[in-house]
Amino acid sequence: MAKEQIDDRFKRFGSVSFVSISRVNDFIDYLDSGKLMGNRCTQCGRSFFPPRADCFQCRTNAMEWFEVENTGELATFTTLTYAPAGFEKELPYTIAVLDYGDFKVFGRTDPAIPVEELRVGMRMKSVVTKTSEGRLTYVFQKA
Amino acid sequence: MGKVAIIGVGQSNFVRKYPGSIRELSYEAYREAMAHAEITNEDIDATVVCSAPEYDRQRSPAGVIMEYLGLNPQPTLYTESLCSSSSTGLRLGYSLIKSGLHDVVLVLGFQIMSQISSAETQERMGRGADIQWEAPFGTMMPAYYAMHAQAHMAKYGTTQEDLALIRVKAATYGQLNEKAVYRKPVTLEMFNDPAGFIGGPVASPLRGGDCCANADGSSCVILASEERAKTLCKKPVWIKGIGAASAPVNLAARDRFTGFVCAEMAASRAYKMAGITAKHIDVAEVHDCFTIAELFAYEGLGFARPGGGPELIRSKEVYKEGSIPVNLDGGLLSKGHPIGATGGSQIRTIVLQLRGEAGAIQVKEPTFGLVHNMGGVGIYANITILGRE
Repeated sequence: MAKEQIDDRFKRFGSVSFVSISRVNDFIDYLDSGKLMGNRCTQCGRSFFPPRADCFQCRTNAMEWFEVENTGELATFTTLTYAPAGFEKELPYTIAVLDYGDFKVFGRTDPAIPVEELRVGMRMKSVVTKTSEGRLTYVFQKA
Repeated sequence: MGKVAIIGVGQSNFVRKYPGSIRELSYEAYREAMAHAEITNEDIDATVVCSAPEYDRQRSPAGVIMEYLGLNPQPTLYTESLCSSSSTGLRLGYSLIKSGLHDVVLVLGFQIMSQISSAETQERMGRGADIQWEAPFGTMMPAYYAMHAQAHMAKYGTTQEDLALIRVKAATYGQLNEKAVYRKPVTLEMFNDPAGFIGGPVASPLRGGDCCANADGSSCVILASEERAKTLCKKPVWIKGIGAASAPVNLAARDRFTGFVCAEMAASRAYKMAGITAKHIDVAEVHDCFTIAELFAYEGLGFARPGGGPELIRSKEVYKEGSIPVNLDGGLLSKGHPIGATGGSQIRTIVLQLRGEAGAIQVKEPTFGLVHNMGGVGIYANITILGRE
């Protein structure tokens, strides 16, 4: 990529991205290589998901990436039967929060999981995948 | 430093589609509040205009609205905190008077939502949450609140019927409110029909009847310093406590989903400032954009213990005859929710209650009333405690 080009990698994130430029654009490259990454402040050690370019505690931008591994607990979820503009064709879909203890991850559950099998408290893992239109995303699958 | 009073309140009818522009809609609430306060434009020192942006085309709406109301050359400022914009306006107005900068401040909230489609509205509302990390998954307000309802149900055994009972109560009183959008009765049977508007699924576990409707509307609250209030107004209502707080936008940054921490914090600040507790509140208006939001308010305001909200609605203690009447004007569920006007409408209802002017929904001689107004999915909270003395 030539230097004068705009680094708008973030526009590839999710079904519809409302942001194209971010200082954590490397998140997108990791996603493209199959890795879901959070980051951590190298000074205080605090973990962040979503990743952020700056630590508000230490006022530093010395952050290091880590891969979201192992399993989390399904904190809550909802299945939409009505969607905002731009998402109608994906209905129904389920959005959820997975609690990893040190951090939480917001996303969708794997559409292959029947909704009636979802329970608050169940163990799940985050898996990188693509949307039906080939855009970069991740889903929660049963652990 | 003297007290701050509310000396007049007004609101437009809340309607599906207002046949006019934002300045004309704003005039409707202004006219009612000015008549209520029995003052003229010469008495007003400054204005605060409140709305959520991007629902209409006007940028910097304070200018055109003040021109239309004939309030130039007084200073005006514009504020937004999504659905709590006009109670944030009240907080600003209170501060302007407390600082001694102004004596009489008019707070005007408005929203015209009917110029765009419902799906477009949901998309804009969704962008009131985290657009970088959450919106790409297809989020919208009912879904965020549904996630909170799911968590409350999982922890406390709250049921869909508990939530439906809140809508049934709202409709009971909404029928009496001539300014409300939705004035029909709602029954539990209607919730049991998945093909119907009320019982149809939206975002599990919330159904159509659990959600308030978009609306066009305006509200107006006129504030005055203690000295001016005593000259201008026979029945001033006093601001006793005013608490505000904020919370992380991204759900991933929150500790729990069984309540709204910022509302709990704002309430404790308001109670402390007023020097009272939840048991002193005689009547309340809470932000029931969704039924689960009203249930959270019961618990967050201390009307019930955590997890005890369902008992309060089942026992009808939140009805007019109960120990803590809530949303006797029908709430957002009946009135509709014109974002920037909502907080002012809630304040209007409590002011009318404290002045003994609430008509069919009047509770007996209330001393303290409370207004709970939230912005976004528990991002912003303003709790205002009003009193007769």
